[in-house]
Amino acid sequence: MPDAPGLELIRGEIEDGHPGAVLDTGFEYEQAVLAVDPGQVLAVLTWLRDAPGQGYRFLSSLHAADYLPAEPRFAVHYELLNRDRVERIRVKALLAGPAAGNAGDAQALPEIDSCVELFPTAEFQEREVFDFFGIVFRGHPNLTRILLPEDYVGWPQRRDFPVGGEPVTFTFNERNYG
Amino acid sequence: MLRGTLEGEELERYVEERVVMTRFDRMLGWARANSMFPLTFGLACCAIEAPISIVTARYDLARFGAEALRASPRQADMIILSGRVSIKMAPIVRRLYDQMLEPKWAISMGACSSSGGMFSNYAVVQGADKFMPIDMHIPGCPPRPEAVLYGFTKLQRKIKGNPDQGWRQRYNAAGTEEWARGGAASQPSREAAEAYEAARELAHA
Repeated sequence: MPDAPGLELIRGEIEDGHPGAVLDTGFEYEQAVLAVDPGQVLAVLTWLRDAPGQGYRFLSSLHAADYLPAEPRFAVHYELLNRDRVERIRVKALLAGPAAGNAGDAQALPEIDSCVELFPTAEFQEREVFDFFGIVFRGHPNLTRILLPEDYVGWPQRRDFPVGGEPVTFTFNERNYG
Repeated sequence: MLRGTLEGEELERYVEERVVMTRFDRMLGWARANSMFPLTFGLACCAIEAPISIVTARYDLARFGAEALRASPRQADMIILSGRVSIKMAPIVRRLYDQMLEPKWAISMGACSSSGGMFSNYAVVQGADKFMPIDMHIPGCPPRPEAVLYGFTKLQRKIKGNPDQGWRQRYNAAGTEEWARGGAASQPSREAAEAYEAARELAHA
């Protein structure tokens, strides 16, 4: 894992070629994080993969998170790994959710570029993110639901999605809500 | 024993001791209850208890006549729902149930398949009896193998005692076989349908 000066060096080198690509650096849960502009996430990933001395050639995980009520609301996380040095770095692309005050417009899904061309393993993981968070990956070869039924309506891992299920008639629940 | 070995009163007593009079449907229920063919089917973690643990040597479902697990629903007459049923799995479970031929029974094993259990969320059906008829619910998370065996013997008692308690009609649980639901390709021949109706009348008389 790059330490704090190393992370700043990486940021500086990326900024040389792609001004404004890196928005922030930091450490979350003892993990180096590059917060990037979602429009330039592919450039950053390509640089981290191909630049001499970097070699983060392994995408160990791609996932999303919903930070409601924070804004921008969604983040797509790319966990990169250099298998020679056993170093990890996280790239985090923050995405704005559907426009505030326009919650009824379910069509306004957040979009980001697909990285399947860079890391083929991302194909299923991007489908899973789409399945649960409704984040559209532009350029994905087959962006359909992967785990939920094809006719499912909604994005169930979003924080504003109802939990579902049924209330259970335990005495605890009756005392509190009955 | 040769003819003439017993005569008169001795012969009468001998026959009385050895011949049991019963009704035909009782005998049928007795035979069915003691030769169940469960479907080889596991949904989740309860499958470790149900088809795996109770059929192996320690608990040994063979003692109750249900050791012949069938790999096809067409040959099985009992399905054990061992685990949570997700909304994606529910139509498949229902199809398996519909492919089983009458008479058939379903056991809902564990908290999840009976009520959704701890999975009160978007992905899990809150109780398998929302989409198919269930004859026996076994509580537990998971139920101990003894509990499954107890539930199974209760089901046997149900089959032997009074197989048609009326609820099957109330919940549209009779005649759910796949071909019985219609569709041109699934229609049986007229002889097969008549034989089926006759057998049902006999069993439900």
